[in-house]
Amino acid sequence: MALFNITVNGSSHEIDVDPDTPILWVLRDHLHLVGTKYGCGIAQCGACTVHLNGAAVRSCSIPVNNIGNNKITTIEGLSEKANHAVQNAWREHDVPQCGYCQAGQIMNATALLSQNPNPSDQDIENGMSGNICRCCTYNKIKAAIKTAAKNV
Amino acid sequence: MTLIKTKHNRRSFLKVSAASTGGLMIGFSWVVSCNPVSEVTEHKPPSEWFDINAFLSIADNGQVTVMSPNPEIGQNVKTSMPMIVAEELDVNWEDVIVKQAALNTDAFTRQVAGGSQSIRKGWNGLRMAGATARKMLVNAAAKQWNVNPDVLKTENGVITRPDGKKLSYAEVASSAAGMEIPDEVELKDPENFKIVGTSRGNVDIESIITGKPLFGIDTKREGMQYAVVLRPPAFGMKLKSFDDTKTKTINGVSQVVEFDNKIAVLANSTWAAMKGQKALEAKWQTDGNLEDSDFHDRTLLALLNKKADTDSHARKDGEVENKFKEADEIVERTYEAPFLPHNCLEPMNFFADVTDEKIDLYGPIQTPAGTRRRIAKEFERDESEISVGMSRMGGGFGRRLYGDFAVEAAKISDKIRKPVQVMFSRENDMTAGIYRPATKYKIKAGLKEGKITSYQLIEAAINNNMYGRLPNNFPAGALADYQVDNHRYESNISTGAWRAPYTNFLAFAEQTFLDEIATLTNTDPLELRIQLLKQAKKGVGPEGNYDPDKFIGVIKLAADKAGWRKNKDGIFQGFSAYYSHNTYVAEVAEVIMEKNRPKVTKMTVAIDCGIVVNPIAAINQAKGGVIDGIGHAMYGDFGFTQGTPHASNFDRYRLIRMPEAPEVDIHFVESFNAPTGLGEPTLPPAGGALANAIYAATGKRLYKQPFIKQDFVLE
Ligand code: FES
Ligand code: FES
Repeated sequence: MALFNITVNGSSHEIDVDPDTPILWVLRDHLHLVGTKYGCGIAQCGACTVHLNGAAVRSCSIPVNNIGNNKITTIEGLSEKANHAVQNAWREHDVPQCGYCQAGQIMNATALLSQNPNPSDQDIENGMSGNICRCCTYNKIKAAIKTAAKNV
Repeated sequence: MTLIKTKHNRRSFLKVSAASTGGLMIGFSWVVSCNPVSEVTEHKPPSEWFDINAFLSIADNGQVTVMSPNPEIGQNVKTSMPMIVAEELDVNWEDVIVKQAALNTDAFTRQVAGGSQSIRKGWNGLRMAGATARKMLVNAAAKQWNVNPDVLKTENGVITRPDGKKLSYAEVASSAAGMEIPDEVELKDPENFKIVGTSRGNVDIESIITGKPLFGIDTKREGMQYAVVLRPPAFGMKLKSFDDTKTKTINGVSQVVEFDNKIAVLANSTWAAMKGQKALEAKWQTDGNLEDSDFHDRTLLALLNKKADTDSHARKDGEVENKFKEADEIVERTYEAPFLPHNCLEPMNFFADVTDEKIDLYGPIQTPAGTRRRIAKEFERDESEISVGMSRMGGGFGRRLYGDFAVEAAKISDKIRKPVQVMFSRENDMTAGIYRPATKYKIKAGLKEGKITSYQLIEAAINNNMYGRLPNNFPAGALADYQVDNHRYESNISTGAWRAPYTNFLAFAEQTFLDEIATLTNTDPLELRIQLLKQAKKGVGPEGNYDPDKFIGVIKLAADKAGWRKNKDGIFQGFSAYYSHNTYVAEVAEVIMEKNRPKVTKMTVAIDCGIVVNPIAAINQAKGGVIDGIGHAMYGDFGFTQGTPHASNFDRYRLIRMPEAPEVDIHFVESFNAPTGLGEPTLPPAGGALANAIYAATGKRLYKQPFIKQDFVLE
């Protein structure tokens, strides 16, 4: 075990875990931030997507000792009032079915839009291809990202 | 309005004290439950709640809590079932707070998510719950005013008497809670519905988009241990011995326990339990057949050729054998599909706390009542000592019908006498599955003067044959000589229901076969189906289980909306139509050629499912079914070598992703008929429509799933 100081959603936390513990489990089990989901553990499904200094990463595959001073943002910290343009678009399109993948989809979509505010259909498809939605809400995700792009 | 006798289980109307389910425990959860935070309704916080019946209670501030009885797996019942109650209660949806009910067999019937039946089977009971409460509120007002209740009208939670005086539901809720349960209530005429039939957002949307705890995997309880289980690496193996020395050196691991040929590692975090599980050194021994997919293929193909007899007949109309002899031509084709894992994105998990006094269970489960029964039996405990709470589920698709994970949690908790959350790793989830069984069909049709005169379907499946009513599906009823035969091979690989059981592949076989017959007989594929349906209507064969007119209705609607065969440049269409889970669906697939390979771009879908309770969610559900059907027909592949699954995670198992998902265009038949199912019925026809479109584009037929195994299909 070792002590780590990590910054999540603007606040810093000291945690005592094995250095190889993926950020995903630090968030879920140690900080009780359970919005970030486990789907595969091997960077294949995107359910665990968080932002590391604003870029989308797979938290299941980043051990806590690689984080250093980089800032983590999770779905819980995406916006203060659940009013990020992407969250608003998700609400407007009523995107979720089961909802399990959606935190990861939203985190990936927000990072995509911050890099490419005006994505084409193909940009969206490629940018979102790492996020599985087992319920297949892909049409709505795409439509919501287009709506969000108009409003960011 | 329709007058209906209240046939409720009286117990569901037993008055319970406001404290037992009501009031203060609700707290402020309503703020996020239904309304976007930006437009919170202006209610003062409620100070008292009055339970009118098991489904609903009304607060002194006018808010209404409606219980959602059934498990939510993403089929949206947590929104749509309470909508039905609120409709008959006659309140504003904005005033409704929805809460997930726990298992309560006294108050609710059929708390199951399966077979696309929640809405269909719940429809009457939900309407009655709302209507009965409405009547009790009206009676309470009538008593207060000393007038005949029949002169009173309700709207949006307000009762009005002829002279214009008003009482809100909130004002009479306390006396209504003590009223007699009426013997008779009026139900609204569906044409006057104000909530049902309108689009209402998911009641959990705020929690989902802000990452609040909702799912089974999010469960955290005082003193809870995480358990990750090591299971046999192959079907047909059992535990011989194990060494947990390394496991016990891992930080956070507290205990290792053996049960039922499995080993559970307990720890204070999921990660530590997962690491501990990987560090176990276990030895396994053979305990049964270690089966290969090649063996399954050979066995099933042999079964398809087995002679039909009274044991194998699932339905037998007339004499197909004789008709085959008289035919000008016999067409015979074989269709093959592999096992499929469910791959719910939330892996199986469950919470259990077993003590001498009680067993608390909580988590994602499609069958809470069945699971409680099973655990009561297993532990020789009275069902009354066992509580089952239902979390939202990260998908079900049939996998969460089987409570094996809840039993595991209970067994482990029983052994260590601590609260336990069992967590399947993805690898556990995929390799300890209860799979869609590998299945093959042979379809044989006799043609005479360019028409089908006889039809035989032979099924060979691992473990599970189609259930009783499926042989009565179309084209049963359309032909005097029609036969279905089932054969099975019993395997130790666990199999079970997978979204749209049996029909998920049966529809593909039948719908591509009919397309091929249409080509061979130079008939338009739609015309061929319509002719057969007209024959069914005339009663050419003994009755099938479908309504030919409704079937023809969706076929024509889909053709119309898709512009069927209107010579679109470079776009190739394929057609399919199927009736399942009481719902009629027709689909037109469109493919284009990209780099000389077909790619699906669009699906046009027509659905007759009776009243559409919540259109925005129904469209989502229907689209999801179509894309799921396409994804699995294209890519779904799962097999075994020596009893060991070929894939254990998404690196080796391909699920459809956004770039491959077509645009899906949904059209519902307008209807005032009682609602039928929607979670499953759009899936079965999708693969067939796509295969038929691929044929239109390439001239090549597909007989096997997954399609990507054929070199002419775009990857
Ligand atoms: S859980 Fe991290 S990508 Fe799947
Ligand atoms: S909504 Fe269920 S996995 Fe995406």
